[in-house]
Amino acid sequence: MPKITLIEFNGRDHTIEAEVGKSLMQNALDNGVPGIDADCGGACACGTCHCFIDGEWRAVAGEGDAMEEAMLGMRPDRSEGSRLACQIPVSAAMDGLVVRLPEYQM
Amino acid sequence: MNKAVQLPDPWSIPLDQIDVSDPRLYENDAWRPYFERLRNEDPVHYNPDSPFGPFWSVTRFDDIVAVDSNHQVFSSEPTIVLGDLGDKIPAEMFIAMDPPKHDVQRRAVQPVVAPKNLADMESLIRSRVVDILDNLPVGETFNWVDDVSINLTTQMLATLFDFPFEDRHKLTYWSDIAAGAPEITGGDVSEEERYAGLMDCLQTFTRIWHERKGREGNSFDLISLLQRDPNTADMVDRPMEFLGNIGLLIVGGNDTTRNSATGGVLALNQNPAEYDKLRANPGLIPGMVSEIIRWQTPLAHMRRTAKQDIEFRGKQIRKGDKVVMWYLSGNRDSSAIENADQFIIDRANPRHHISFGFGIHRCMGNRLAEMQLRILWEETMKRFRFVEVVGAPVRVKSNFVMGYSSLPVKLHR
Repeated sequence: MPKITLIEFNGRDHTIEAEVGKSLMQNALDNGVPGIDADCGGACACGTCHCFIDGEWRAVAGEGDAMEEAMLGMRPDRSEGSRLACQIPVSAAMDGLVVRLPEYQM
Repeated sequence: MNKAVQLPDPWSIPLDQIDVSDPRLYENDAWRPYFERLRNEDPVHYNPDSPFGPFWSVTRFDDIVAVDSNHQVFSSEPTIVLGDLGDKIPAEMFIAMDPPKHDVQRRAVQPVVAPKNLADMESLIRSRVVDILDNLPVGETFNWVDDVSINLTTQMLATLFDFPFEDRHKLTYWSDIAAGAPEITGGDVSEEERYAGLMDCLQTFTRIWHERKGREGNSFDLISLLQRDPNTADMVDRPMEFLGNIGLLIVGGNDTTRNSATGGVLALNQNPAEYDKLRANPGLIPGMVSEIIRWQTPLAHMRRTAKQDIEFRGKQIRKGDKVVMWYLSGNRDSSAIENADQFIIDRANPRHHISFGFGIHRCMGNRLAEMQLRILWEETMKRFRFVEVVGAPVRVKSNFVMGYSSLPVKLHR
């Protein structure tokens, strides 16, 4: 099981043992990590699982499709590394992945 | 329920005659069984003939998410309500635009409701809620809609626009007439009244725009945000676009939260065991707020228009067809929400509702709405053991706004 570290905006970090094949969003929820709202339940339709992937991990996490891009485009705090966690299926290659959470979800 | 109204029997009427555009279904709170039948027997339903023309109804939660997320096929232009707006006031608003124009205009105003700003607004909202609640009569009957719901949301709206506070009742009026015409949503507002009101709205905001232009400082009101963004800095020169977007922000920030503020009182009175849970544990308020917004579904539908022929859930939708997503039906879909017909303030996953819509047009003020309702209930519970509903609610005649014009209540400490 790959270990993934999620860092809340206030700096508190949570390292979870993630389940391969499930989305990063679902893994975060299953482990009770605060800061991901996931209103739509993982349909790339609400934008409330916004997160930032640390630089060196972006290639591993991959890029979002056009719909994800459209949803992220609505976020005032969008930046490089912005992704929706529901659109990132966890893989074995993500052992050590570091993900930062935004100040707020909306 | 108005006994003079004869509505068709929802269980025996032939499927193809079910017309959920009939505003009387909502005025009389009679809509539930019609949608239950559609969800079970014909979830993507074609109505070949309604006062608003032919249209498709999408009634299940997951199907609504699919349509709402597919803006390439299901366009928000020319309008997002069942009835067409007509060409007398061809207002343009970003909720009824597709990308890229939508994105540019929405981005200009989105910062006003970013949660970062909301933190600054919280104490202001709380002081206003306290002021409103402390001035209510205890033990006497009054209309919760006027004295609390409208009062609170109109003050908030005046702040968001930095609108002259003493004239703020005009915002409520414009909000009510903007979507209240018979041909748009089945309401009762005449064309003359609507025209006169919206022109007054346009003139008032045009004057405010020019007065505000060049003002020092970094104000975060909606007018200043539009003026500061290069993409919208000259919007005032395009009056129908200016009117449309102002109208959108007024309706979006007003009707919706107002009616959830009323709906919550009604829901708790209809479900006394839930009210008891709340009294025992006011910590349930944040989750309850989401549940109220689901239960009320302040906007019943959003409409799309198919940009191409598409087969959807076995139905052939043609280019140009109206496709109506019934949010209030999606919110009662038991295949997506457990015990969807029940009001349960401590649901496991209360945010999983459809009232804010999904996709790029998802409600931008959702966190502000939740915050206002949360503070309203926090302060109400500190003061009153029971907000008792003492008469029947009067509902708005509309197939779009799920609203109340009156809810008589009595307060008990």
